[in-house]
Amino acid sequence: MSAHLPILQVILPLLAAPTCLLLGRTQLLWMFTCGVSALCAVISFQLLHTVHTSGDIIYSLGGWSAPVGIEYRIDSLNAFVLLLVTSLSTVVLCAAKQSIAKEVPESRQLYFYVAFLLCLAGLLGILCTGDAFNVFVFLEISSLSTYTLIALGRDRRALWASYQYLIMGTIGATFILIGIGLLYMITGTLNMRDLAQRLPDVEQAHTLYTGFAFFIVGVCLKLALFPLHLWLPNAYAYAPSIVTAFLAATATKVAVYVLIRFIFNVFGFDFSLSQFPLPQIWLALGIIGVFAASIVAMSQHNIKRLFAFSSVAQIGYIIMGLSLGTAAGVQAALLHVFNHALMKGAIFLAIAGLCYRLGAATMNEFKGLGKQMPWTMAAIVAGGLSLIGVPLTVGFISKWYLVLAFIEKGWWMIVPFIVIGSLLAVVYVWRLVECAYFQEADSKREAGEAPLSILLPTWILVFANIYFGVQPQFTVHATSIATLGLFGATP
Amino acid sequence: MSANILLQIAILFPLLASALILITGKNPGLRDKITLVSATFLFIVVIFIYRAFDASLQVEEGTAVKSIAVNWAEIVPGLHLGFKLEALGMLFALIASALWLVTSIYGIGYMRGNNEKNQTRFFMLFPIAISAALGIAFASNLLTLFIFYEVMTLSTFPLVTHKGSEHAMKSGRIYLGVLIGSSIGLFLPAIIWVWAVTGTTDFVAGGILQDKLSPLHLSILAALFVLGVGKAAVMPIHRWLPAAMVAPTPVSALLHAVAVVKAGVFSVLKIVVYVFGIDTLSDASYLHFLMYLVGFTIVMASIIALGHDNLKKRLAYSTISQLSYVVLGALILSPISVVGSALHIAAHAFGKITLFFAAGSIYTASKKTEISQLDGIGHRMPWTMAAFTIGALSMIGLPPAVGFISKWYLLMGAYDEQVYFAMGVIVVSTLLNAAYFVPIIYRAFFKTEADGSKPHGEANKAIVVALSITACMTILLFCFPNIPFALAQSIAVQ
Amino acid sequence: MILSSHFNYWIVIVLMMIGFFIVISHGNLVKKLMGLSIFQTSVFILYISMGKVAGGTAPILDEAYSVYSNPLPHVLILTAIVVGIATTALGLALVVRINEAYGSIEEGDIEMQDCDKLDKENANK
Repeated sequence: MSAHLPILQVILPLLAAPTCLLLGRTQLLWMFTCGVSALCAVISFQLLHTVHTSGDIIYSLGGWSAPVGIEYRIDSLNAFVLLLVTSLSTVVLCAAKQSIAKEVPESRQLYFYVAFLLCLAGLLGILCTGDAFNVFVFLEISSLSTYTLIALGRDRRALWASYQYLIMGTIGATFILIGIGLLYMITGTLNMRDLAQRLPDVEQAHTLYTGFAFFIVGVCLKLALFPLHLWLPNAYAYAPSIVTAFLAATATKVAVYVLIRFIFNVFGFDFSLSQFPLPQIWLALGIIGVFAASIVAMSQHNIKRLFAFSSVAQIGYIIMGLSLGTAAGVQAALLHVFNHALMKGAIFLAIAGLCYRLGAATMNEFKGLGKQMPWTMAAIVAGGLSLIGVPLTVGFISKWYLVLAFIEKGWWMIVPFIVIGSLLAVVYVWRLVECAYFQEADSKREAGEAPLSILLPTWILVFANIYFGVQPQFTVHATSIATLGLFGATP
Repeated sequence: MSANILLQIAILFPLLASALILITGKNPGLRDKITLVSATFLFIVVIFIYRAFDASLQVEEGTAVKSIAVNWAEIVPGLHLGFKLEALGMLFALIASALWLVTSIYGIGYMRGNNEKNQTRFFMLFPIAISAALGIAFASNLLTLFIFYEVMTLSTFPLVTHKGSEHAMKSGRIYLGVLIGSSIGLFLPAIIWVWAVTGTTDFVAGGILQDKLSPLHLSILAALFVLGVGKAAVMPIHRWLPAAMVAPTPVSALLHAVAVVKAGVFSVLKIVVYVFGIDTLSDASYLHFLMYLVGFTIVMASIIALGHDNLKKRLAYSTISQLSYVVLGALILSPISVVGSALHIAAHAFGKITLFFAAGSIYTASKKTEISQLDGIGHRMPWTMAAFTIGALSMIGLPPAVGFISKWYLLMGAYDEQVYFAMGVIVVSTLLNAAYFVPIIYRAFFKTEADGSKPHGEANKAIVVALSITACMTILLFCFPNIPFALAQSIAVQ
Repeated sequence: MILSSHFNYWIVIVLMMIGFFIVISHGNLVKKLMGLSIFQTSVFILYISMGKVAGGTAPILDEAYSVYSNPLPHVLILTAIVVGIATTALGLALVVRINEAYGSIEEGDIEMQDCDKLDKENANK
């Protein structure tokens, strides 16, 4: 049984999705979905533990071993991200029932759970697989279900956002497909390990360069790197709140994983970061992304959009870490992947609670909220502090490691940019705080605290934000092992 | 009980008090009692800590070196969240907790006398600010200090904007913008720099930066710290202080005469002594530019104070100038001047809080805020104006007020190191101090009141009692400066 | 000569550019989806072309033939075609819903309506 855990991880939600159709009542659906997700979380925890104690797990699908068959390979990197994705999806799902009941019509709630499970299956598939084409297939599974999830939003703009994302996402995915196809053309294999071994022989081929370029652009579109982020703000803003929380916490993170995996384990470190001006481009885009997105975020009226832009900014930090190309830089990026998932998860769940009570989340709704929904607001503030990078929150840990990585590399000049980026975050978070705590509510609005089923998961994440900010040993340990694995594989 | 536990109680207890105050908010009588009781309790705790600390000092001279320290968490290797007792912090903690008690009495009187709204929020945030002040006092490293520094900034913002008017919010934004901006933009990078160079941020006697940086870099780092600790209000990072004067007077008194600004200069002093080390910093060849800036602040702020008719504004600029004395004393880099700086923290705290109390008392009794309205007020409010006079004497640096002692040490230190610039600045500013305080006293006692003004007496009892206590303390400290002096000396000895 | 020997690839590039251009330039949502389909189709052809071995036949084992085309890309692209169909179907479904909600399938119209709505929201503020 335990030998089959890697595939079980993916199969479980994949099979659960059609099973949902058999379950009639939403209550049952919700419990079932939660159960599946929790089971995945348990499995991924077990996987991480196994990987840390006894090394990589290799699983050949259908008994066909590597170059011929498809192979699933769990190492310290994807086990870490697996744990992140499954545990966050579980927490988010726990909060889903009431929020979805409020925001999605009864007749469509079934589709939410089905699409959610499919999306989860897709994301887990991307993480598990060791086969390049498989990545594309799972990417499309998760993307297609994401478009559906976004389109479930109440506002009609959700449809438009979903459509836009569909167009851009498909272009991105097709780019990835082209990239993988070109790689196959020159190497004749799709297995990542095999690719990594064969690619150095054909390093001079133009086909490789072209494939590399297509692939990178495609993935950067999926992870919403500035300026390829245009799909993200609207998608986050108009999707159902729970979906936003799920996507913000997991989807872009998985795309970052794909990027790291291909850069280090397929194309190879030397090829991708030394032969191209990619680090410089990334660094520049990262910095511009942080600044541009933060500045745009300041003027947002819709709070979901505000934090969506903040997500784009945070992706900028992650890319900056990767652009260093050092172990410390990659570790900082991985830490920020984890930490950013925690903070955005907490913030968007809190906003879900807010939308549950007030129906929308614009600056107007925030007036006087500090008194009316103290716990929800406190969660948003805690998440905001984490975004800024205040010590004792996770945001501080990843920023600290990022700054260290830059200092270690000797790029002192970049440090002020990171610091100023944090200051920009102070501004947009502060606008909210001022609105919520120091302004009176407009009308005689009666808003109580968010329901416990939403509040509790929110605070679990807030607590995680603080716990991993004070005791970051687990995350630092896991990321450092993952980084070692990456750099060990391609010295 | 061991001192370690007391130390943690001192930091955590105010938070508990804050929660209690929030819960009992609907019952003002009970709430105010809790405020007073917890303030008294905290003061007693701090006194016990002092006794334990004093005992450990005695032991230190003998055989075993036992420091009172607590480590809460190690966030990143070399980055702790921890506390450690040392003389300077002890001094600051004593001042802050003693004055919290007095201010609590005063605050209750003031808030009731003026029927302010949101009183619960006000009394709830006060202990948080004090907790932050104690956290800063006891911090064992730069990171811990930085965390509590920011907590203090954030927790005082609602106090500053208490009135909630458009003007108050605007001033609040300046307050927050300048303080957060300078701390994240300058202070934090400086901490990162120190960490990158030494691998630690701990406060160690003698400093941690020996032979680590070139003189030029040392000077730049010092500038980052002095300007980054925006609460020290060295020009041009001083704009927040006058802006914060929209706050109710007890806030101005405690926070902007004691906790906030003292946290700033205290941090600077602590960093100079325990991070740079006096000997190391004297290598910094360009430090005199920084000293010119500080000197300029002292003189310039005094001149600006002369031009302000609003009493609180004048006091605010006086604060800016007095704060820079402390920074100047730290930058003179002689052990004696450091003693002077430490003493001046205490002296200025008691003196300035008396002045602010008096200003609030005048406002509560007569609603007067401008100096030009104060003709003859000394006859109506003899206690208040007598206290004001004592406070003013301390600011100018005349006996029998404690300001005299600290200025004396500052001058001696400057003379020892032959920093004539500093001596000149101190002398000139003393004259300016006299120039802006004496006319007020003259008006109050020797001019006759304008006709047709409303008769009024002293403000309510709580206020008068509070300001009498601080005024007496100003004189008592002059007569018996043993405790602060001993503490200040032990810094210099290290 | 390159042009003739790489005939397939030229077609791929031409189709890809046509598809891409349609997606970008056309405001009609259905036309955009058509462009997207053409774009994807070009990639299918790319995959199919690369599996072709000169002189090879369909990969059915028979003693008469010894040279086969590589079947793997063909299988892969079957998957991609399925994905493409799903995408198109979903896209069209979205267009139907958009038409119901906005009464238009022109990009400009839709954005105009959203802008108006946004203005109203801000005006209510």
